[in-house]
Amino acid sequence: MMASSYNAKDENGHHPGSVDSSGPSAVKSKKSDNTDFKQQRLPAWQPILTAGTVLPAFFMIGLIFIPIGIGLFVTSNNIKEFEIDYTGVDMSSPCFNCSQNYSWNSTSACTCSVPFTLDQPFESNVFMYYGLSNFYQNHRRYVKSRDDSQLNGDKSSLQKPSKECEPYQTSDKKPIAPCGAIANSLFNDTLELFYIHPNGSRIAIHLGKTGIAWWTDKHVKFRNPGGNDNNLSVVFQNTSKPVNWRKHVYELDPTDPENNGFINEDFIVWMRTAALPTFRKLYRIIQKKKVNMTPTLPPGNYSLEVTYNYPVRSFDGRKRMILSTISWMGGKNPFLGIAYITVGSACFFLGVVLLIIHHKYGNRNNNTDIPN
Amino acid sequence: MDHVHWVRHRCLQLISTDSRRGWYSPSSLPPKSSLDTQDPLVQRLIGKRRVVVSRWGPHHAEYHSVSKGYRNNSIRTTKYSLISFIPMNLFQQFHRAANLYFLFLVLLNWVPVVEAFQKEITMIPLAVVLTVIAFKDAMEDYRRYRYDKKINNTLTHVYCGKQQRYVERRWAEVCVGDLVRLCCNEIIPADMVLLHSSDPNGMCHIETANLDGETNLKQRQVVHDLPQQESEFIPENFNSRIECENPNNDLRRFRGFMEHPGKVRVGLHSENLLLRSCTVRNTETVIGIVVYAGHETKAMQNNSGPRYKKSKLERRLNIDVLWSVALLLLMCLIAAVGHGHWLSGLKDTIFMIPDDTPPALAGFYMFWTMIIVLQVLIPISLYVSIEIVKLGQIYFIQNDLDLYNPRLDTGVQCRALNITEDLGQIQYLFSDKTGTLTENRMLFRRCTVAGTEYPHHENAVSLEQYEQACGDADPSHTLRSRSSRKSLSCKSLSCNRSSVSLNTLTAESDTHSPHDTLRRHTPGAFSSTMECAVVPDPQLQVRLGALSSPMCSPHRQEAAELSHILDFFLALAVCNTVVVSSPTQPRHMVQMPVVRTPLRFLEEKKALLQKLNLPSFPYSPNHSTDTPSSLTKKLFFRCRSTSYFAPQTLITTPQSPTTPICASSNTSSSPSTPALMHSGAWGENVEDLQQAKDDGADETDSDDEDEAEELLYEAESPDEAALVQAAKAYGCTLLGRSPEQILVAVPGTGPLTIPLLHVLPFHSARKRMSVVVRHPFTGEVVVYTKGADNVIMELADEGEDGISREVIERTQRHLDQYAREGLRTLCVAKKVLEEQEYKVWLKRHEFAETSIENREELLLESAERLETNLTLLGATGIVDRLQEEVPETIEALQEAGIKVWVLTGDKQETAINIAFACKLLRPTDQLLTFNCDNKEASEALLHELQHEVRPFTKGGESEDDWSSCDFVLVIDGRTLDFALQKELQGPFLELTCCCRSVICCRSTPLQKSQVVQLVRNKLKVMTLAIGDGANDVSMIQVADVGIGISGQEGMQAVMSSDFAISRFKYLRKLILVHGHWCYARLANMILYFFYKNVMFVNLLFWYQFFCGFSGSTMTNSWVLIFFNLLFTSVPPLVYGVLDKDVSSGTLLDLPDLYQSGQNSQAYLPSTFWLTMLDAFYQSLVCFFIPYFAYAGSDIGVFSFGSPINGSALLIILLHQVIESRTLTWLHAGLLLFSALFYYVFVFVFSVICVTCSSPANPIGIETKMMSDPLYYFVCGLTTVLALLPRMLLRVFCNTFCPSDLVRAQKMEKLPPEDYFSRVRQWRDNKATKKLSPRHIPQSLTVNADAPNLTDCIPEAGAVLS
Repeated sequence: MMASSYNAKDENGHHPGSVDSSGPSAVKSKKSDNTDFKQQRLPAWQPILTAGTVLPAFFMIGLIFIPIGIGLFVTSNNIKEFEIDYTGVDMSSPCFNCSQNYSWNSTSACTCSVPFTLDQPFESNVFMYYGLSNFYQNHRRYVKSRDDSQLNGDKSSLQKPSKECEPYQTSDKKPIAPCGAIANSLFNDTLELFYIHPNGSRIAIHLGKTGIAWWTDKHVKFRNPGGNDNNLSVVFQNTSKPVNWRKHVYELDPTDPENNGFINEDFIVWMRTAALPTFRKLYRIIQKKKVNMTPTLPPGNYSLEVTYNYPVRSFDGRKRMILSTISWMGGKNPFLGIAYITVGSACFFLGVVLLIIHHKYGNRNNNTDIPN
Repeated sequence: MDHVHWVRHRCLQLISTDSRRGWYSPSSLPPKSSLDTQDPLVQRLIGKRRVVVSRWGPHHAEYHSVSKGYRNNSIRTTKYSLISFIPMNLFQQFHRAANLYFLFLVLLNWVPVVEAFQKEITMIPLAVVLTVIAFKDAMEDYRRYRYDKKINNTLTHVYCGKQQRYVERRWAEVCVGDLVRLCCNEIIPADMVLLHSSDPNGMCHIETANLDGETNLKQRQVVHDLPQQESEFIPENFNSRIECENPNNDLRRFRGFMEHPGKVRVGLHSENLLLRSCTVRNTETVIGIVVYAGHETKAMQNNSGPRYKKSKLERRLNIDVLWSVALLLLMCLIAAVGHGHWLSGLKDTIFMIPDDTPPALAGFYMFWTMIIVLQVLIPISLYVSIEIVKLGQIYFIQNDLDLYNPRLDTGVQCRALNITEDLGQIQYLFSDKTGTLTENRMLFRRCTVAGTEYPHHENAVSLEQYEQACGDADPSHTLRSRSSRKSLSCKSLSCNRSSVSLNTLTAESDTHSPHDTLRRHTPGAFSSTMECAVVPDPQLQVRLGALSSPMCSPHRQEAAELSHILDFFLALAVCNTVVVSSPTQPRHMVQMPVVRTPLRFLEEKKALLQKLNLPSFPYSPNHSTDTPSSLTKKLFFRCRSTSYFAPQTLITTPQSPTTPICASSNTSSSPSTPALMHSGAWGENVEDLQQAKDDGADETDSDDEDEAEELLYEAESPDEAALVQAAKAYGCTLLGRSPEQILVAVPGTGPLTIPLLHVLPFHSARKRMSVVVRHPFTGEVVVYTKGADNVIMELADEGEDGISREVIERTQRHLDQYAREGLRTLCVAKKVLEEQEYKVWLKRHEFAETSIENREELLLESAERLETNLTLLGATGIVDRLQEEVPETIEALQEAGIKVWVLTGDKQETAINIAFACKLLRPTDQLLTFNCDNKEASEALLHELQHEVRPFTKGGESEDDWSSCDFVLVIDGRTLDFALQKELQGPFLELTCCCRSVICCRSTPLQKSQVVQLVRNKLKVMTLAIGDGANDVSMIQVADVGIGISGQEGMQAVMSSDFAISRFKYLRKLILVHGHWCYARLANMILYFFYKNVMFVNLLFWYQFFCGFSGSTMTNSWVLIFFNLLFTSVPPLVYGVLDKDVSSGTLLDLPDLYQSGQNSQAYLPSTFWLTMLDAFYQSLVCFFIPYFAYAGSDIGVFSFGSPINGSALLIILLHQVIESRTLTWLHAGLLLFSALFYYVFVFVFSVICVTCSSPANPIGIETKMMSDPLYYFVCGLTTVLALLPRMLLRVFCNTFCPSDLVRAQKMEKLPPEDYFSRVRQWRDNKATKKLSPRHIPQSLTVNADAPNLTDCIPEAGAVLS
């Protein structure tokens, strides 16, 4: 990267060091050893950062970054993403009524249907996300408000959740399972997707519930107490459901015992708190169709059926549904590609500048770098 | 591990304020009033005194009651026991502010409303720091424990009353009141009063090397009038009581008395005390009674720990730590306000835990939470790191072979452990002269006796010859120079009086080695080696030869002069405290021989007396003699001193014999001046002279060879040894010395025993010493005084006749001339006491000697009473050679921009000459002399001088270097006193700022320290004081950096210094290389630490903007704590210890590179803020690139932290690579290790930690993130973008305006030839730059009252050129 030289000059000459002229003395001398380490003569790489020496580095960075940037940019552009806000802030919005009327206390579900159109086909697997905005899942006390041992299936924790879960630790003198604010605020809207065939028929699109959580979470971190095979209602017998929940934790997905209780993937995904107040969470996966060459989601009209359970308007929150294909670099994000291209070009430009500087000043410096 | 004392020491200082007693602080106030107070003694016995009685004596009962409270001799220097270690160590550690801060944070985290992390985690830093230091303390304490055990188990012989014999006992079991018997070369186990010595004189010698490093022997004396002195000492019969002062740390003082059964009291003083850990020498056995044991001994009381000073860099650092605190508070405040604001805008949120805290209060809580979260911003680990780095730096300084003196087997000794970097910032250097710039190895050069100057040209020549021979560094040079000297002695005598070129003297280098090996084996301090040999002046020799030659010289006047000369040499031989020993039996004193007076002696003596024209006096049987050659081989008995008094009563010669002779000589001789007369005499018998000279040379040669093997002189000061050697060259050989008499061989007679009546030892206040003897020829009581010329001249009696006045005047002229040649001058005078007069004085003196309370003051007074109306005998000039490489060192230091001041007690002329010799003064320099007698005059002169100097400084202000050139101020002690007064301080300092150098002559130790203090406080500069003697101690202690030279004058300077070196020349590398390195390393490391912490902590701060200022972190708290503590802490340490900007060779070649440290270039406030700014920028990049890359995605809190931490680590480590100047395998290895450590830690953590670390459960995070290519793209971009500005800044700086250091680095990369030519070019440029504006008119010579100085300067310059 930089010019280097092993500076071993004048090291040997300067130490007539081994002055052992005093002859063989039996007395233990205080004289230290003449080793490179003790005499601070270790061979060293001594880079001097000047225009001449760093110039290649700049060109190299430029040459490496620009292609990476282009690659990232293109990849990102190839990702198809569709996003729709269904909060129902506007009067015109189909979910306006639900959002107005709904609170945590309401008993009957409110449903609304949001139509949308995809202009382009979505190939391969399509990921369906729900997105929340202005939702501070990263608030210090919110993040802490959980009991990992309880979620890991520890029976004593199940009966006696951690203090961190306060004030969602117990309800009706029974321990809450799962305890804590995170679990309590579990996103409970139900989203369903229908393809409106040009002929007018509504075709329900199959949304895969599993495979949305991290493997480690599903298999290591989250466990139902007493193993996954037992009857969950018995295991959770002495616990109460979180305050805001409508159903118990063992009723999250009665159809699939592998996706019920603490290992329910919607629950697991929610429990991984988001870093930023605007976030999305994976909700369903639409597997690509294996049979024919038709895209997973062909262009056309769709309808999003929402069971509106989750009130966000009190804190100015927003709810979105996002459909996205993914690539090796994750979701759509043009920033990184642009940044790489910018930095790469800047480095290249600086390299050119340094080259000019080096030609103008570098030579002059070599001749007259004596202070005067 | 030796150097880890400081922590303990610092704690100690904090706990107990009285442990700060230094070496020189008096342990108790001088008990001046005690004589006046009428307190009964008994009362004071309890409070201030201790009573000691023998354990097995008749006072058996009393023993137990009395010695109950005294400590026994076991020592325990450990601070802790096994049980008390943890509580005590913790208690002491919490006296440090840093630890208290940590403790505060830990406690804060226990408050539920502000709790930020898990409680255990906040404790980790504190626990780590405490454990590291506790481990260090424990190791150190264990080492001390083992050492104590070894010491305590040493065996010694203690008298046991039950077994009636001396039995072996462990040191620990020795008690106060025990009688201890020691043999030769045994170490003294406790402070004891000497009761018996096998030496018939009741003397004993001890070597105090263990205590103060002085290797010369010190005499100790059995208590006077002890009843059982002659016979075998019988412990049972010892029934005296001892009363002495309570234990104190004054090594040189011991007061008390011994009360014999008959209520007779004998005073005890330090001469009677054997000190613990000294070694008995020259004496078969001694018996003493223990008075202080264990920790109460003086040796233990003086055992102070290492010194703690605060370095300039550390002071600067503390300011910046305060800035960090301010920054921290600001950030916390922002967060608090932000949180309050954010809360007030929210209601009914699902993600909020229901809480009825009002937003304002929540904001207040948040403030404290944020302090916990951002705690690392204050680089507390920095303090621990700095201390570790300094230990490393000291390790390397101490291991430097270039600073190792093979002769003394010592390297640098770093006594202060925390001011290494101050060495790199020195702006003012204050140096002592004698022993620091010069060897302090004195050589007799020339003398003046009775107004006649004896130039000793031969001596000069032989000195040069010796030097040249030394230059060849041939092991056989002793022989060669000897022969060459002989051949040269016949050559013509060139009358160039300044033939001693001090320059050539310095050419000598490490060539002592042949002697030195000898010296090491026979460690006599100033033994007679070749270099001490004196070639006698032929003229003087001829004169003195008249004594021994058979032919009589009848001239009365010459006889008077002869008696003067004889007195002079007798004084040189006698007036000292030199101990004679023989090298064949090392450390064994030559026994004082006594011989029956042969008849021949009487005749010789009569003849001598006739020659001297002295009135003969009745024969006394005690003057003994023998043929000189066989003398020392024979043994004779000791004379009883009492026997002197019989004949003495007979000699009551009414008048002093010398004065009338002098007077008569004046009247009888021709009016021509003696000098002319001498020259006439010179011309008349040249042949005679030549003959005599050759004889003399041969004679002295044979003498030399004969006696050099026989006699070793061990003197307390090198001047004394030189003078004794000089006297020996003239046949006045000191053969032996006992407390009562001195054996001296006098030419013409042979050995004489001279009864020694008193020694009035040297005292810095009196600046002289005296002996009172009975004159061997006249039998009169004579006082010989030797001392500083100005003192003696004042005391010299001008007499009523013109002769003595003329002698004084001429001697003064000679003295001035000597001083101009750079010789040290000493005057010798004598005084003949009337018997009556003596008795009167004796009475008062005895009172003074026996008084217990203020003995020192009384003795001083008594001595001053005696030393009046002296007759000036003559003066000597002693050469003190410059140490090797002193001029080069001073030149290099000056080139480095250090102002060198010389503070010396010597005469002005001597000082100026030495200044010339060591290139402090250059021939072209303008000398400003500032001598005044009163304040008004000095004020006026000061203004005048300023006026003179100003035009030159003003005119040159545009060229910055010009302001400090080419004026050298010389000021003497008295004027210095005025200049140090408040009103004149300002102008004086202004004036000195215009001068390149300042020489203060005749300055007292107090003045030295005042000057240093003044400059240090008023100019706010870094000062370094270097000295070797006790008189430099105060200066060394006052300066920012005190350096002691472990030279000839003991170890007092070393004991009080921060660094101890053995030669002045080592200062060059110590300052220019190690100082520079240490400063640059530490400054860079500190900046890096600030950067590192700010950079990392800000990442957390930026996150607050996205989590509602809730104090949330995106990093696992373990990683958060370990990041600074483990992952990034080791590389900066290595960086601080090993980084090397410019190699040592280049730093020595180009001293002006040192200026970067002086100007604190590495660590200016601007660099600090620039670093902070860079840290802010980098943290912004490091946070926001991942932010934008992951914004809106499904990234989790701790997944988000993963790439941020990863890139922060990379940035921080690579930043160090950019900042460091060297990268060795060690650096590279540790950088890699750090990175690996981090990744291994987080990886393992994320694999095995399932439920631990609750909210930030790390399971799977890192594995997931690191399997994502995006992670690497984010890290790569972040790292490059973050480091880009720093890189560019460096590149542009180094390309457009490279600093001197960078230029030097570039030069180092050149091949050697190019390098050397470049170095030459560089230095030439500097030189021409400095020289160009020089156009001083020669008229500018401001001399206040030393007009003779003007002619001395070109002269001295000529010597140099």
